[in-house]
Amino acid sequence: MERQEARLAWLLVLPALAIIVLIALVPLLWALWESFHLHDLRMPWRGQPWVGPANYMEALTEARFWQAAGHTALFIVTSVTLELALGLVLALILHRSYRGRGAIRAAALVPWVMPTVVAALVWRFLFESPSGVVNMLATELGFMEQPFVWFIHATAAWVPLVLADVWKTTPFVALLLLAGLQSIDTTLYEAARIDGAGPWRQFTSVTLPLLRPALLVALIFRTLDAVRVFDLIYILTGGGPGTATEPLALYTFHVLFQRLRFGYGAALSVLIFLLTFALALIYIRVLGKDLLRPGA
Amino acid sequence: MNLQRRCGLLTGIGTFLAVTLFPVYWALVASFTPETRLFTTPSLFPTEVVLDHYYALFAERDFWTPIRNSLIVAGSTTFFCVTVGALCAYALARLRFRWKVPILGFILAVTMFPQISLVPPLYLILRAFHLINTYPGLIFPYVTFAMPLTVWLLVGFFRQLPHEIEEAALVDGASRLRTLWEIILPLAMPGVATSAILTFVYCWNEFLFAFVFTLEPERYTAPVAIALFRGQYQMSWGQVLAAAVVATVPVTVLILLFQQRIVQGLTAGAVKG
Repeated sequence: MERQEARLAWLLVLPALAIIVLIALVPLLWALWESFHLHDLRMPWRGQPWVGPANYMEALTEARFWQAAGHTALFIVTSVTLELALGLVLALILHRSYRGRGAIRAAALVPWVMPTVVAALVWRFLFESPSGVVNMLATELGFMEQPFVWFIHATAAWVPLVLADVWKTTPFVALLLLAGLQSIDTTLYEAARIDGAGPWRQFTSVTLPLLRPALLVALIFRTLDAVRVFDLIYILTGGGPGTATEPLALYTFHVLFQRLRFGYGAALSVLIFLLTFALALIYIRVLGKDLLRPGA
Repeated sequence: MNLQRRCGLLTGIGTFLAVTLFPVYWALVASFTPETRLFTTPSLFPTEVVLDHYYALFAERDFWTPIRNSLIVAGSTTFFCVTVGALCAYALARLRFRWKVPILGFILAVTMFPQISLVPPLYLILRAFHLINTYPGLIFPYVTFAMPLTVWLLVGFFRQLPHEIEEAALVDGASRLRTLWEIILPLAMPGVATSAILTFVYCWNEFLFAFVFTLEPERYTAPVAIALFRGQYQMSWGQVLAAAVVATVPVTVLILLFQQRIVQGLTAGAVKG
């Protein structure tokens, strides 16, 4: 009986599993192979000679690569921090209020479901100069004396980028954390209150520890999404002014499809993969040793 | 609850709603505003509603083509992934066999693959098979992220069904496959539908693959067409935003209709821990 069950299970699992291995894992190994070769689509007569780690050496000694890595790091830290902090506040508010929760949840889903391309265009429109609504409001309310051209300043161009990302994903983070909050046993709060714990103490010693799995999931999802950020930045600033907001994925895209250097581009894409993988491992090690337990 | 705290809560919720909905509202209003007034005399409430941008979008630009392309690609990918994925998810959620946990972990890991890492090899594969700028040339890359996502979501939904159902059926002498087909699947239908909707939305919204694996406007999906409108034709903001509205409304309606289940499916991973 049990062997029969296992056989059936494999029969059902195999098609999908084979497809996933074939179309996700094989290309990944192919990218790895490619990254050790010179492959320039503009110069097909040069073939694809093996060049060893030359592509990786080039990346690690190139200023633009490190600059892009810095931009990716900056984007991860600012956007994910803001999203988790605001998401937590929002989740706590939603957890307290009973009226209108359905409407609020609907509102929270709207930015999330919107195509990133559309969200980026909408935010570009809001910050457009000279008379986009942000400039208009800021001058009207006296924050600025004259309209500001956001997209030609290396630093200021980050403001719409981070805000757009925070706007698009914070509601979703809040929904994740809200689900976590709702799974906390309310008798724990009563017990804490009887023990004389105030609201702050209840938050730090009941809510936060029990919310850790949900926080970890939100943190991993958001961080890994931020590592590969492409659509939002490509549409909103194009990586500009110059390359001032260019993250790793955008630089890789540039190497692949503007310079047509596939060997080097593959090396960059492998580096992004390794970065993603390393971050996920660190998070799970540090924060969630018990997260992937069987039966979880 | 005292008055002060209630005021605080209401302020928080009000701020959230205003900040979340204002950009959507503003874009929506702009798509109905004549181009000449778009930047000159903005007002919070529309003073003049015109359909010019929507008319131009479909009469002059042929926005039907990208919409149709998106429907074909997202629809085919979803159908394929849900059909094959449901069998896999059923086994992972409800049958006992070794390697179950590692397989689940592997599938979860694949959902987190950065898309850009798959772009160079997929491009070379598609080029070798002359599939660049074709529907299969988009569906195939889409399966890379849609299949693991679908399986993951379906496993969550299948797990929620009580185990007694199957046991009863088995005792009655029905085979495992018949139980799956006649009892589990109908019961899991809401979950299957929700997973299908979410997969469809992810495919509908996808940009990078569609952008690099298509070459001509006849094959652009809606997000690619919208992204390229501005550069290509020096297009007016009004039309860009009208296109944005057209591409967003169908998926938003779909998600809002099923919002309760969708939130449940998406947040399941966070709660179990």
